[in-house]
Amino acid sequence: MRAVDVIASAVANTFRAKTRTALTVLAIVVGAFTLTITTGLGTGINRYIDDTVASIGADDVMTVTKQAEAATTGGPTEYDPDRTTSSLGGAPGQNLVERMGPDDLDALAAIDGVERVSPVHPVSADFVRVGDGTAYEATVGSFIPGMRLQLAAGAQPDADSAQPQVAIPVSYVEPLGFDDADAAIGATATIGVTDADGLQTTVDATIVAVAEDSFGAGGSSLTPNDALDDALVAAQSVGLTEAQRGAFTQATVWFDADATEAEVDALQQRLDEAGYTGTTVADQLGTFTAIIDGIVLVLNAFAVIALLAASFGIVNTLLMSVQDRTREIGLMKAMGMPSGRVFGLFSTEATTIGFLGSAIGAGAGMLVGTGVSRALAGGLFADLPGFTLIAFDPVSIATIILVVMAVAFLAGTIPAARAARQDPIESLRYE
Amino acid sequence: MAAIASPPTPIITANDVHRSYGRGQNRFDALRGVSLEVEEGESLAIVGKSGSGKSTLMHLLALLDEPTVGSVELSGVDARTLRRGALNRARNQTFGFVFQQFFLTPSATVLENVVLPLTIAGVGRRERRRRGLAALEQLELADKAGTRAVNLSGGQKQRVVIARALVNRPRVIFADEPTGNLDSATGAIVEDILFTLNREHGITLIVVTHDDDLAARCDRRIAVRDGLVVGDSVRSAA
Repeated sequence: MRAVDVIASAVANTFRAKTRTALTVLAIVVGAFTLTITTGLGTGINRYIDDTVASIGADDVMTVTKQAEAATTGGPTEYDPDRTTSSLGGAPGQNLVERMGPDDLDALAAIDGVERVSPVHPVSADFVRVGDGTAYEATVGSFIPGMRLQLAAGAQPDADSAQPQVAIPVSYVEPLGFDDADAAIGATATIGVTDADGLQTTVDATIVAVAEDSFGAGGSSLTPNDALDDALVAAQSVGLTEAQRGAFTQATVWFDADATEAEVDALQQRLDEAGYTGTTVADQLGTFTAIIDGIVLVLNAFAVIALLAASFGIVNTLLMSVQDRTREIGLMKAMGMPSGRVFGLFSTEATTIGFLGSAIGAGAGMLVGTGVSRALAGGLFADLPGFTLIAFDPVSIATIILVVMAVAFLAGTIPAARAARQDPIESLRYE
Repeated sequence: MAAIASPPTPIITANDVHRSYGRGQNRFDALRGVSLEVEEGESLAIVGKSGSGKSTLMHLLALLDEPTVGSVELSGVDARTLRRGALNRARNQTFGFVFQQFFLTPSATVLENVVLPLTIAGVGRRERRRRGLAALEQLELADKAGTRAVNLSGGQKQRVVIARALVNRPRVIFADEPTGNLDSATGAIVEDILFTLNREHGITLIVVTHDDDLAARCDRRIAVRDGLVVGDSVRSAA
């Protein structure tokens, strides 16, 4: 029997007992549907996180701070007038980091695996305005090469450009006097900063992009390119001593973009030994992603249980089918059908049922999932543009269908083996 | 019967075959030493009461079963020496089967039922259709090719079964009570078809029956009782 005939007759046999097949298929549909939705949920959320990670920072950078000794010991710390600490968030006394200077830059650059190091000078802007319009309070974020903002208009700020460029959040478009996001592109924004002497100066920059709100960067802060960042730092450093200018609390360290997770861990270990703390973007989001993955895993487990139940349905359906067709099987074997082909016939039938169930289930899951996320995007998640709760990628859909077919095949082996073992004489005598 | 100068190899030979079922106390000897030669082109009736072992003998001759003791040869080749694949091929290409209970797939069309041996043999779709229609033509059923088997009368069903037995151009047709489920008029028609095939196409016919009239039409008649051949008579030339 040719393979094509095996498939053709398996498909034909599948539809012979329509009610029985329909019910079995339905059971698989439920499992495949659930699996599609839960996987889609994981895909959607993780895709959004990935996009956001790109807007928070590039993959090959680490934020480095110097560990303050006091942070690790108990009790009160002896006052040292030469050492200033600054608290980065959290309760006072927690997360203490030490100021760093040029010596630290050299020390960091010497650590194995560090390709480049640059100090981070936090810029605190007073306001932003366009022309003579109203000035609004604003914060300034940082833009690291390789990072990608989610844009409503314009292009990513050019890190290498000598021209000061800025990306403004979409919420600033109207207050700054633009009709829409596109109208803002190319306009000049004026950013005001206060220097060490308390005098206010301004820096002009070209608006090259309007960034979407997201829970990453770009949400409510201006994103400058390097040229603008340097200009702002220079403007606010007027009046500082040389030593003060060289001081900073955070540095950005670049490492090999192809570094494996283990290599990054090793680098963090070396930084730690040298007295520094390195944090990658992945670290910052790691816990979050791990929780999402955990939830999706649990949801998928439910879907798999549903599929498991459905696979017993397949076993049952096909056992009945083998029983019904005892004489037909006997006849085929009497006519010289090899046992292997009989096995193939029934396991193909099981796989066909699996394919039907998974294709219908995945199709329905995609329809419902798309509908639900579209509805939610306009409602519950209206503040998170670009966020699709349930997203689908062809690879995972294909994987689901193939996995369900494989499960169905496995379930089918029991009845198929029984059919293949049948003795033609006994089968033909069977009433 | 005309004398033959050098007798050709019998198409099927059974050498002292025994067939037992079960063990020990429950052992049942269905056949207790049967030797038999079936010549190519003859028509042979195996008669006996139910339980006599005639069906078991047919199963052994058709290579559907293996003797407990003894051997069955197909064209002089011991069936035990054949590999499973060769055995399947022999059954598929050398034998055709006609059963009392028809064994048609009710939901499939007449043509699909008829070409089943060809499908199993791996013959292409177009060739299957051509040969299936030719076999149906021969049995005057060509107009029923697309009908579902369930919608046929008993006589039509048995003709479909004969078409199925014929479609692979077998050398031997085994018929197990071919007229058992038919009224006498229809049964006579089916008998005529079988004997025509035997006479005109030289297909060896082995009929298992307890119908004396049917057995009387065969060239040779073998009576089986309690697992032994008790009579082997050749019909006197008409």
